[in-house]
Amino acid sequence: MMKFERYEWLAITIMISLFIFVGFIQGWSVSLVILNMCIISAIMTMGVNISWGYAGVINFGVMGFLAMGGLAAVLVSYPPIAESWQAGGKGLGISFALLVVLVFAVMYINKTVIQKRNRYIFNSLTIFFGILIIRHFYLNATHNIEDVNPAIAGFLGGLGLPIIFSWIVGGLFAAGVAFVIGKVALGLRSDYLAIVTLGISEIVVSVLKHEEWLSRGVKNVIGLKRPVPYEIDLQNADWFINLVTYLNSSKLNNIIDVSDRQQVLNNLIIDASGIFVKLSYAILFLIVMLIIFYFANKAQLSPWGRMMRAIRDNETAANAMGKDVVKQHLIIFVIGAAIVGVAGAMLVTLDGLFTPSGYRPLRFTFIIWIMVIVGGSGNNLGAIFGGFVIWFSWIEAAPLTTFIINQLTAGLEPTNALKLHLLDSVPYFRYLFMGLILLLILRYRPKGIIPEKVRHS
Amino acid sequence: MIDFLNSIIVLLNFIIIPGISYGSQLALGALGVTFVYAILRFANFAHGEIMSFGAMITILFTWFFQSQNIGLGILPTALLALPIGIIATIILCIISDKFVFQYYRYQKSVPVVLAMVSIGVMFVINAIIRIIIGTETIKFSDGQKFIMKAKQFKVMTGLNEGLALKSSQVITILITILLLTFTFWFLQKTKTGKSMRAFSDNEDLALLSGINPDRVVFTTWIIVGVLACVAGTLYGLDKSYKPIIYLNLVLPIFASAIVGGIGSPFGAVVGGYVIAFSEIMVTYAYKKFFVYLLPSSIEPTGLVQLLSTDYKFAVSFSILVIVLLIRPSGIFKGRVL
Repeated sequence: MMKFERYEWLAITIMISLFIFVGFIQGWSVSLVILNMCIISAIMTMGVNISWGYAGVINFGVMGFLAMGGLAAVLVSYPPIAESWQAGGKGLGISFALLVVLVFAVMYINKTVIQKRNRYIFNSLTIFFGILIIRHFYLNATHNIEDVNPAIAGFLGGLGLPIIFSWIVGGLFAAGVAFVIGKVALGLRSDYLAIVTLGISEIVVSVLKHEEWLSRGVKNVIGLKRPVPYEIDLQNADWFINLVTYLNSSKLNNIIDVSDRQQVLNNLIIDASGIFVKLSYAILFLIVMLIIFYFANKAQLSPWGRMMRAIRDNETAANAMGKDVVKQHLIIFVIGAAIVGVAGAMLVTLDGLFTPSGYRPLRFTFIIWIMVIVGGSGNNLGAIFGGFVIWFSWIEAAPLTTFIINQLTAGLEPTNALKLHLLDSVPYFRYLFMGLILLLILRYRPKGIIPEKVRHS
Repeated sequence: MIDFLNSIIVLLNFIIIPGISYGSQLALGALGVTFVYAILRFANFAHGEIMSFGAMITILFTWFFQSQNIGLGILPTALLALPIGIIATIILCIISDKFVFQYYRYQKSVPVVLAMVSIGVMFVINAIIRIIIGTETIKFSDGQKFIMKAKQFKVMTGLNEGLALKSSQVITILITILLLTFTFWFLQKTKTGKSMRAFSDNEDLALLSGINPDRVVFTTWIIVGVLACVAGTLYGLDKSYKPIIYLNLVLPIFASAIVGGIGSPFGAVVGGYVIAFSEIMVTYAYKKFFVYLLPSSIEPTGLVQLLSTDYKFAVSFSILVIVLLIRPSGIFKGRVL
């Protein structure tokens, strides 16, 4: 098992004390909300870190993989809608079958037609007419599905399983998409790859936005079932009331009036139920994070991890040593994407709703990359640390900015135009902070706050 | 015959004119990206924000001129403010180079690191823009809106279909022609332009023959500033200014630069038009066109649309992927100015 250095313990202590600090200042509920998002961000960061830090494969498609994870959450947990299946299931089935036939036809042409020019002509003709035929069935089917009760349904629904399964399915979905992207694009130079993955992630999101039969598109899916109890159930459960009474017994016993006591107890229960729910999420997420952390570290220390570092540091030499660079790049790209997909499913689980228009590259690709760079690429603890610190500053930037602006403009009147304008634009200062943090780290600590350990073995 | 003319007018009005003006905006943007790529050798993710910054300064000064009642009559006031915007954008480029990019250039960092750095710059400029001007949609075009309205055209020619010509489109096309001519003249004929080409072709050899790299980089940023500010302002003038749009515009711009062959300025321009036209042509509903052209017995019933307009954005990327697969170096072989 791995041992932590002193500065690593320091980093862990800083992370924990930040949350305790916020807990005392802004309340435990806020602290836990931030903690939950921090854990999810840390998982995304580990996913990117595995492909970038271990093997130097750039992945700017974070947003797309997160969205695939989110889609998995919907498809796994939402109850199936029988009418929609009746309305369009058959047509969709036919069009997918035709799609498979088309793919095989293209593969057959590629195999049999040798001459390059003829191959292009045959292929484009087959694809063109194939798509025309498929479109006919497909558009009919999707139209029918979207017409079924459009106000609340209008899509196929899911499997109706517990949402926690979607964390695995989300990983698989993302891995599937990553496999296709990797097959197409991994041969490219790193900055081309960045642009291409960024673009493909936009395509993934635009498909999710506009294919309403799949996940209602921009109409959003709401009310996904939680893996943890609901506040309202907790507030009526005897064991929970007893627990709260027991924990606060000294405080409650001081109040003599019965109705007052009941009032105080009720408030305590409402507070406690919220915290309990968030805490249960935090524990679930923490378990996933620790599992991924454990295996990521194991993999990094294994011969496979060593080979990955060799490929990263000198591709040509690794190739000469008989390592299949292309295959290994694909493998690690898929693994990284899968972890991001898991995080995406967890994100939707936490929110309880799926909003495709919420996926924006600034928020879901570039911030994650800042986390990786700031934390330290190639070091899993660094990735977690980066995820925590950056998400924390992303959230706490607003109160901090308000404070700073108020201090700086203390001499001005409260109706001063400049002051009001600055206070209005508080939410945008976080972008400034993020950019400055990234630039400072890249300049003065290019290996990140917790750099990769150099191993001599 | 009349039907044929009508169908041509439909195409002109809905595909060719919008395509040319959008393509010009993309071409100017892609040209800027190409310059940074060919001389400084990295993919500049901040380019969209630089464009946005230029447009913002132009808008601020447009407002100032409007409040002073200074205008250009039928032309938009923004044209008067454009030179100030260009100067501000150049200053922004040079400041960001001095304080950020220069260090990594001297360190000889790998391109990916510089791309990351440009993301940091992108965040900072993005924040500055939002703090100054907010996130609202701003319309700042004034003066005469149309050179020719659809109705006028109908009356003039007696055709069923109208042809509208917005003045912002004409301005876009004229300024693009002007700027492109100047840029290519500069690259081919002047000494500085030739030294830039030499630098982008072979850095070591250029240094050996006494070309001053700092001077080349400085000139590059000036050109990039001009191109970015003009492209940003023209886009804002044509559609309307919205800070968030420019981040999304980066992707089609990159697509244009790569499709044309990254590093080749001519390729970037061609790439811009290729991307613009394919975005518009793939998502246009051709029903009206065929209604005029075909006899009524075989008229199409549907919209005759290849992809719904929602996928406009995906088109440029699909083209990028296809080009990279079939011809990785782009339409024109790149890497040299």
